[in-house]
Amino acid sequence: MIYDVIIIGGGVTGCCIARTLSKYDLNICLLEKETDIASGTSKANSGVIHAGYASPRDYIKRQLAIRGNKLYTQAAEELNFPFKRIGSFVVALEDNQIKQLEEERKKGIEDGIPGLEVILNKEKIKKMEPRLTDEVVGVLHAPTGGLASPYELTFALAENASMNGVKFFRNRRVVKITHQEYVFTVRTLAGEFKSRNIINAAGLYAAQISRMLGLDYFSITPRKGEYILFDRNAIQLNKILFPMPTKISKGILVCPTLHGNTFIGPNAQNIPDLEDISTTTSGLKEILEGAMKLVPSLPVRSSIRNFAGLRAVPEAYDFIIDNTDVYGFINVAGILSPGLTATFAIAEKVVEFLELLGEKLKVKEDYNPSRPKPERFKDFTKEELDKKIQEDPTWGRIICRCETIPEKEIIDAIHAPVGATTVDGVKFRCRPGMGRCQGGFCRPRVIEILSRELKKSYEEITKRGEDTNILIGKTKDFLLNQKREGSRGK
Amino acid sequence: MKKYEVDVVVIGGGSAGLAAAIVVKKADLNVLIIERDKELGGITLQCIHNGFGLHEFEEELTGPEYVQKFINEARDLNIPYLLDTMVIEFTPNKTVYAVNNKEGLIEINANAIILAMGCRERTRGAINIPGFRPSGIFTAGQAQRFVNIEGYLPGRTFVILGSGDIGMIMARRLTWEGCEVKAVVEIQPYVSGLIRNQVQCLEDYGIPLITGYTITKIHGKDRIKGVTISKVDHNFDRIIGSDKFFECDTLLLSVGLIPENELTRESGAEISQMGGPVVDNNLETTIDGVFACGNVLQVHDLVDLVTAEAKRAGLNATEYIKERYGKEIGKKLRIKCEAGENVNYIKPDLINKTDLLNDIIFTFRVKVPERRILIQIRDNKNKVIYKKKRRYVIPSEMIELKLNLNKLNIDSDSTNLVVEVIPRPEVLIEKD
Repeated sequence: MIYDVIIIGGGVTGCCIARTLSKYDLNICLLEKETDIASGTSKANSGVIHAGYASPRDYIKRQLAIRGNKLYTQAAEELNFPFKRIGSFVVALEDNQIKQLEEERKKGIEDGIPGLEVILNKEKIKKMEPRLTDEVVGVLHAPTGGLASPYELTFALAENASMNGVKFFRNRRVVKITHQEYVFTVRTLAGEFKSRNIINAAGLYAAQISRMLGLDYFSITPRKGEYILFDRNAIQLNKILFPMPTKISKGILVCPTLHGNTFIGPNAQNIPDLEDISTTTSGLKEILEGAMKLVPSLPVRSSIRNFAGLRAVPEAYDFIIDNTDVYGFINVAGILSPGLTATFAIAEKVVEFLELLGEKLKVKEDYNPSRPKPERFKDFTKEELDKKIQEDPTWGRIICRCETIPEKEIIDAIHAPVGATTVDGVKFRCRPGMGRCQGGFCRPRVIEILSRELKKSYEEITKRGEDTNILIGKTKDFLLNQKREGSRGK
Repeated sequence: MKKYEVDVVVIGGGSAGLAAAIVVKKADLNVLIIERDKELGGITLQCIHNGFGLHEFEEELTGPEYVQKFINEARDLNIPYLLDTMVIEFTPNKTVYAVNNKEGLIEINANAIILAMGCRERTRGAINIPGFRPSGIFTAGQAQRFVNIEGYLPGRTFVILGSGDIGMIMARRLTWEGCEVKAVVEIQPYVSGLIRNQVQCLEDYGIPLITGYTITKIHGKDRIKGVTISKVDHNFDRIIGSDKFFECDTLLLSVGLIPENELTRESGAEISQMGGPVVDNNLETTIDGVFACGNVLQVHDLVDLVTAEAKRAGLNATEYIKERYGKEIGKKLRIKCEAGENVNYIKPDLINKTDLLNDIIFTFRVKVPERRILIQIRDNKNKVIYKKKRRYVIPSEMIELKLNLNKLNIDSDSTNLVVEVIPRPEVLIEKD
């Protein structure tokens, strides 16, 4: 079979393109190298939906971010992922920084960003965000700034795309692409795929994929950002807090999450290794020190996790979205911040490029833009809950006590379109193990459910795919095998 | 919605909950135990090593043997219990909401609540160990559950961070399974668990205990491949050049226990700094008729002491219901207990003045080990009302004092007491 479009990369960009294209009468498949989608940058970033003022005017990413921000309202209604416009502050701590805030505001307003205001009244600022440092002299308030859960957005996009006919293939690392007579042959570690068009949304690996077709016009450098996550209720923030931006990044922010936690980070460190998501002593110290400048009362002892994500940074520092010299091969690369914000606008661009390639895009009659809201124990009233448990008893067995997740939500996450196959897959879809005990209580139970639902043994259940097994075997087996080997040796 | 009306509801069916419920039942009150796991017994069930029961039964038992005695007694007394049932909320007027997969949502109206939810383990995130996030990292208690209850091995070669009791016990347990434990690494200059576990679980098996070191990097992108440990200075900062690498396929964390008080906090009860609820000398929290005992109140070193505390909670809940106390006045007149020098926390947090004629049981732990010390209690006027010599104190042991404050001539207008552990004066003189 020859697909109309192959999308390489199951991050938020790839999945958003998949979902946007699933509207049209096209045969589409998406190839993801990892065991699950949303495994790279999409699962470890700030989740901030920027108002869009931060990038310079001559960058394509500025206009896409401003447009993308607006598209979130409808998308969140259709796809039911966690999203909220809580507003952001850029915090000036010195008088001479106010001028810069005023400039950003002016340009932002001109470019159509609604509601931007510089607030200098300290009392008003502190009322809006009581946790902010007393050193604050002014803020740039962007009321359209918001938060989305980036991995839950990615899952929602994939589920909706899948409902509309896109085929998802995970564990498909692309190793070679050939192009002959307008047909691409994509060889992966598990089978070959053919298509007329390819959209390269491979994130950190986008330059490598591009090079497979001899297109060597850009490179991607991984830039690490480290984070620390704090327990729910350890501190309550109202706003997304940015420091004054530097040349290379928006700085270390202090930010609430849509699940009631608070996180700090990221720092910015260029690294050579595309897979180095390790955190470092110095990095964690750096973000703590940075964050404390904005919120001195940070609950340092209530941290529950540290992690790092990698930004895919192109030399030109702008998004690379173009029809390449290879007919039918579209690069969507270098999607760093504000990539999450821009994602729906990026997908619109891809539609334009496909039309430029002569694809006749016809909207499918049975296209369904909405993905039902996942049912959550926490959203139910007591009466509804009682009814739910009577209908399906798995609502009544709580697996994760920190986040109050019943067995039903885990089963749903496993059997959803493009569902969870690993412990992390379950964790990112419905949160068992995200809480303060970090899986201490629920992990054995999640393994039990995965093993039952996927008909796999306990030993076959992994954290996040190949080589990340959790249990090595039954007790005594190891000892007995050793003895057997020992006696053979004699 | 299924409804229950009982005198006392006990949240948690482990060692604490069982002992408390038995006392209540023996006083002819209706009691109901709610347990979230599929059987009664709690964490003691996975503690298959010996060393339990020396205080309570004057014999040495394993964890399951110990707790089974209470399970049997509860069954003999026909104490009702709900298994696989999670409490999702309790209110100050003592309505408890719970769910399970048989009865759906359950509402329990009680006259008193006993909190016995136990504790949880501190995790890697709580201590912010840098490095990769591979598979093969377990808390010691979770590994214990996998090995002793589920029958699965988490790995072959281990490093254990933290010399808590569960960590040391797992070091021995895994050695018995043919696994190799490369080292137990402890950031403090001293072992943090009991000395008997250091001897019986590590020294007897030649497992190295490396004190004054901590893990500064976790290696391995998929499964853990090893850890870097580094010596730390007195601020726990890494000393450059002291790094050592250990290859391992599994890392266990035994870095402390935290009382599990999310429900308590949400109910509005006051929580003390060390994580347990604020209680008075009757183990009553700041919510009238809600009592706390066992590891949900304070992390105990021995389960026997959990049992003793739970019995007190049961007895006090019984009295609360039978007499309705009539002690509201006493609750208004309270003496506050504070942790002083080298005292990590003190229970109770409050003493009702109406109870001054009774014995008060104080429990606390020290922050750092110290020799030749004096345990001393001062009132708010700096008058020393109690002192006792001890040869040494260590953080792993819970210290218990049973005192009659009335006999100690406490002033009737006292508002505060400070419990402190100080060097003996003669030691000070020696130093001079």
